[in-house]
Amino acid sequence: MTRQPKRAWWVRAWLALLILACSQTLWAQQQAPDFTAKIADLTTSSFSKRAKAIEAVVALDDERVLPVLEALLEGDLYYRKSDDRVVIAVDAESGYRITDVISGEDLGAVGKRDVKKIATNNRMRKNLRVQIAAYKLVNKNPDVRRTAAGDLIKTPSPEFLPILQKAIANEEEPAVREALKVARAVILLDSDQEVDRLQAIKDMDGYPNKYTLAMLKQLVRQNDDGSYNEPSELVREEAIAVLKGLEAQETWYKFVEDLFFGLSAGSVLLLAAVGLAITFGVMGVINMAHGEMIMLGAYTTYVVQLLMPNLIEASLIVAIPAAFVVSGLMGIIIERTVIRHLYGRPLETLLATFGISLILQQLVRTIFSPLNRSVITPDWMSGSLQVNGFLSLTYNRLYIIVFALLVLFGLMLLLKRSFFGLQMRAVTQNRAMASSMGIRTGWVDAMTFGLGSGIAGIAGVALSQLTNVGPNLGQSYIIDSFLVVVFGGVGSLWGTFVAAMGLGVANKFVEPMAGAVLAKILILVFIILFIQRRPRGLFAIKGRFVEG
Amino acid sequence: MTSQARLAWLQSDVGGKRVLAIILAVIIVLPLLNLLVPPDSVFHVSSYTIGLLGKYLCYALLALAVDLIWGYCGILSLGHGAFFALGGYAMGMYLMRQIGERGVYGHPVLPDFMVFLNWDALPWYWYGFDNFYFAMLMVLVAPGLLAFVFGWLAFRSRVTGVYLSIITQAMTYALMLAFFRNDMGFGGNNGLTDFKDILGFSLQADTTKVGLFVASGVALILGYLLCRYVVSSKLGRVLISIRDAESRSRFIGYRVEHFKLFVFVLSAVLAGVAGALYVPQVGIINPGEFSPINSIEIIVWVALGGRGFLYGAIIGAVLVNYGKTFFTGAFPEVWLFMLGGLFVVSTLFLPQGVVGIVQQWKDKRAEQKAHAQGKTGEAVP
Amino acid sequence: MKQTKPKWMKVMAGAAVAASVSMMSTFAVAADTIKVGVLHSLSGTMAISETTLKDTVLMLIEDQNKKGGLLGKKLEPVVVDPASNWPLFAEKAKELLEKEKVDVIFGCWTSVSRKSVLPVIEELNGMLFYPVQYEGEESSKNVFYTGAAPNQQAIPAVDYLMNEIGVERWVLAGTDYVYPRTTNKILESYLKQKGVDDKDIMINYTPFGHSDWQTIVSDIKKFGAAGKKTAVVSTINGDANVPFYKELANQGVSAEDIPVVAFSVGEEELSGFDTGPLVGHLAAWNYFMSADSEANEKFIKKWHAFIKDKDRVTNDPMEATYIGFNMWAKAVEKAGTTDVDKVRQAMYGIEVPNLTGGTAKMLPNHHLTKPVLIGEIQDDGQFVIVWQTEDEVPGDAWTDYLPESSKIISNWKDPKINCGNYNTETKKCSGQNY
Repeated sequence: MTRQPKRAWWVRAWLALLILACSQTLWAQQQAPDFTAKIADLTTSSFSKRAKAIEAVVALDDERVLPVLEALLEGDLYYRKSDDRVVIAVDAESGYRITDVISGEDLGAVGKRDVKKIATNNRMRKNLRVQIAAYKLVNKNPDVRRTAAGDLIKTPSPEFLPILQKAIANEEEPAVREALKVARAVILLDSDQEVDRLQAIKDMDGYPNKYTLAMLKQLVRQNDDGSYNEPSELVREEAIAVLKGLEAQETWYKFVEDLFFGLSAGSVLLLAAVGLAITFGVMGVINMAHGEMIMLGAYTTYVVQLLMPNLIEASLIVAIPAAFVVSGLMGIIIERTVIRHLYGRPLETLLATFGISLILQQLVRTIFSPLNRSVITPDWMSGSLQVNGFLSLTYNRLYIIVFALLVLFGLMLLLKRSFFGLQMRAVTQNRAMASSMGIRTGWVDAMTFGLGSGIAGIAGVALSQLTNVGPNLGQSYIIDSFLVVVFGGVGSLWGTFVAAMGLGVANKFVEPMAGAVLAKILILVFIILFIQRRPRGLFAIKGRFVEG
Repeated sequence: MTSQARLAWLQSDVGGKRVLAIILAVIIVLPLLNLLVPPDSVFHVSSYTIGLLGKYLCYALLALAVDLIWGYCGILSLGHGAFFALGGYAMGMYLMRQIGERGVYGHPVLPDFMVFLNWDALPWYWYGFDNFYFAMLMVLVAPGLLAFVFGWLAFRSRVTGVYLSIITQAMTYALMLAFFRNDMGFGGNNGLTDFKDILGFSLQADTTKVGLFVASGVALILGYLLCRYVVSSKLGRVLISIRDAESRSRFIGYRVEHFKLFVFVLSAVLAGVAGALYVPQVGIINPGEFSPINSIEIIVWVALGGRGFLYGAIIGAVLVNYGKTFFTGAFPEVWLFMLGGLFVVSTLFLPQGVVGIVQQWKDKRAEQKAHAQGKTGEAVP
Repeated sequence: MKQTKPKWMKVMAGAAVAASVSMMSTFAVAADTIKVGVLHSLSGTMAISETTLKDTVLMLIEDQNKKGGLLGKKLEPVVVDPASNWPLFAEKAKELLEKEKVDVIFGCWTSVSRKSVLPVIEELNGMLFYPVQYEGEESSKNVFYTGAAPNQQAIPAVDYLMNEIGVERWVLAGTDYVYPRTTNKILESYLKQKGVDDKDIMINYTPFGHSDWQTIVSDIKKFGAAGKKTAVVSTINGDANVPFYKELANQGVSAEDIPVVAFSVGEEELSGFDTGPLVGHLAAWNYFMSADSEANEKFIKKWHAFIKDKDRVTNDPMEATYIGFNMWAKAVEKAGTTDVDKVRQAMYGIEVPNLTGGTAKMLPNHHLTKPVLIGEIQDDGQFVIVWQTEDEVPGDAWTDYLPESSKIISNWKDPKINCGNYNTETKKCSGQNY
């Protein structure tokens, strides 16, 4: 900082007084007016001026810069309309709680309209992210350092070379060190020294990352005029060797990724179908309103989030029992009022439940409007688990796989190990006999239908994290659900599980080759042909009552 | 006319005769009221009404086709919309080719959607559709062949009950996805539209519309007579026995799958004809017709009218669709409540459909009459 | 006996049906009101988008009636529900024109619904205002297109990405139907003209309502890791967007790395999203709710008062409806009648202020002049406008970037042409229905 700002005489005197105080404090104070001015520049309404202002702030050597940059990136930086003071705002009851960025003073709560956001655009945010990454290279947490290194790999920029060199020298964690080296390597790849480039390629060896892979491919590519992007043959050979290793790694992880995609698609199918496996599979009701039970579950999630806006993180946990109860009760009502009268006439349950599904859709449309509702994804469900540069598993899918398995497991336990399950199986196998043994068949029917519907509701909670919450939600899953249950074998939970996972995985392995639409068509044709081979599905229930 | 004994299968069918009489009256009287009566007269029938009723007649034929297999053979097809749509597409392709160079780009052969998606030649499966007779043959062959292949596979391996229903649903769903693909060359989501004329008659002319309307009515009547003939024959009795006890029929020695296949293909062809008559009247065919929900709706028509009566299917199709037309216009915001409620109430309280209720009511009256007069008489309207 | 009875019955039945049917069809209303047909789906898959437009038209009618109606008569809305069913659209259009005798129709959203209605409107010489951005390649005498043509949305958006962001690699992702197909064809040809290599364009189509985007997003990520700046141009339709953006966010594709510019995602769609992870992705429209103008502020206020919900948003098709309605009202005043042919003649050249400032002018090809705006999504579900064309762009019915279409022009005003698809090479119009 060579620039000498003009200062009033008393400031100089004041500075002189403090000159013997701690040099650190002094330094910060001395810079203060500069920092204040640069921060004030951020409030400009022009995007191009603001971009320049950000650059100026970045150039300041002040410890208060990083929080400002982070707040800017997150969209938490505002200025107060009354006095243009730049503040960091956090959500609070009916407004924001704001903190002055210059003094760090807590300015209390304000209304949403008292402050205006300092908006950023993509280019600024990209720049900010890189700058923050550079700051974070010296963070205490090794994970943060590693993520920062990852950010720098994406955008090689020679200006960070010295910082990286220093960071590598000081780094003690081997994993972070490796990442830092790769971050340095992507910069050095552009060096005009052959030694540097060779070293860079060696640093990239075995480090799984899509960006380095692409760079290496670019490096060894032959241009149209026969020349190579990389003039040195030695470097090229090294690059080809490293590339080979990386590509083998990539193929393997691609397979793992497809498998994961397939399993997650399968668990969505499983969740959607498992409730139907009860109402349709066990009870024989062709339940066209099953999709609407899923939809009710999703809307319950939405309502739960409305009721507890400050506890979004916990809302899903609350929504699961709530959705079970809402959809389950609706199921019991439907069973008691309509389906009860239709036992022994399974095809007519199709018509009645089809009518019910139309009514429920329109009901939701009337209550919640035909627009989709926005269900917030809690932080713990968003983002992905970065296994390495080639493989990352999204958290929401991971949780849904686990959740689907838990639901299935719980249901199996209930059917096989509980007294209610025993009664249920008794009623489905021989109603008259069960009745004469003193089982209240009507009650068991209602509870069974409620159970199937409730589970559909739970599926709705999970689906609200993946897709639209709107009146048509149910319709998009009903056909797939029926296919899964039938493919697996009506009445067999285990069959439903195998069918859902099998179809999910098959779909995801066909999709990269055939495209999404053809993949789906092929799967459907496969199911049709498969049913010809095994007319009662994968896990056909043996015995007499199947004919009925 | 043949002798009365040979027509016994029709004579005994009182309800059917009445429905046929009404249809006949409608397709004779309404065209006259449309074409001859001046528009400002109270008795004029607008071509809107003609178009609407023409659509209902096509739906009725479709419902008839479904009742033939569901009501008399116990095959619940949740994919019959597919055959309807295939017939419709065959007709649509003919109408598309008739446009010729009157498309917006003025291309002599290619339909508009192929021109702007840069197709340079007509795909092979579009060949021949410029010929009316070939197209009409395809109206019968395309759904018939699909039904034959599908039915042959399914009935041979004894896929029955809900399994059959669900794979018919899968079939129509797969076809819907396929026809949605623009690469298939059937116009994708927009389907086939902007038709100009059929056999040289402009589709916008009132006379053509009336002609199509009458043709639909005639097709429905012929279709009904054919179905009635089939179910009243010995074959029909075997079908009913299959419906009621499939294994027993098989053990007696009937080749169940052959009977089923025959009636399934026949039904698919009827559905195809309905589709072919439907398309020029509504002016568009699009993959939405393959949607599984549509096929379920057909089942609802049949059930509401009265399954296993044939003419019940006709009544159901007309009633539900009239209800839809009326409700969507009169109560646009809440009509789904009414339609949904109608389905629920009718399954609960009209297990035999509208026809069943009338039948019950008539039986009761006949009984009372018999008591009162001491003799049984034919029910008088 | 047996022979005569059916005959008698036939006549009776025939007469009964005929009477009831003719009652139904000739139930005409005395013409002391001007009837305005509203043909938007209120149920089915499209209800999500179209219901808002129905409300918009009702609001505009109410407003006009407060001002005293038109030509001294009150406006009377006739609302029907075509239920997202394409043949039903044609039927309902017929009902509106023949039975209800409406003077103008505001309606349709999807291209297929418009295509379905088109023959009916042309045959009965009705007038339709179509308020949604679409693929172009059409100019009917009886339809006024108040949404954007491709050159008013797609091409400026690509220009912005290329010139301002420096994008070199392109993913064209769309739902498999005619709007994305055409738009992507146009963009592909445009990009190639600009020297973009085949290898740098990836095209992907997905079915309606596609919900499992894992594979495709992973492919996009890989495509974007090749060292060149990459962007996704999305013509993904309606319901498929939420899962698409969610997957993007979860797989860590941020707007700074690979921005997505969407042509079918507006404020209303965003109101059903959790917008946090979407910040920075782009959309190209002719209107944003955040546009800073007095007219817009008034419009939003009116909308909130009408719908009785302060949280409802406004969007581009609403503005298009607003412009269309005001143009029609102005043209009716100018023509002094609601007669379709006279109003049509009066429409050409009519100017109505946009909500974003500037004016929209009706061109002889039945399209409008429109400003093009690019907005970035903010976390409150609004867009911040980051770029906008200096002048209004005139809508081009027939794109210049497709070989067959570039020969065709539309001009309904010039008596020498007077057609919607005049081929400048053969000097002919083909396939006219009138």
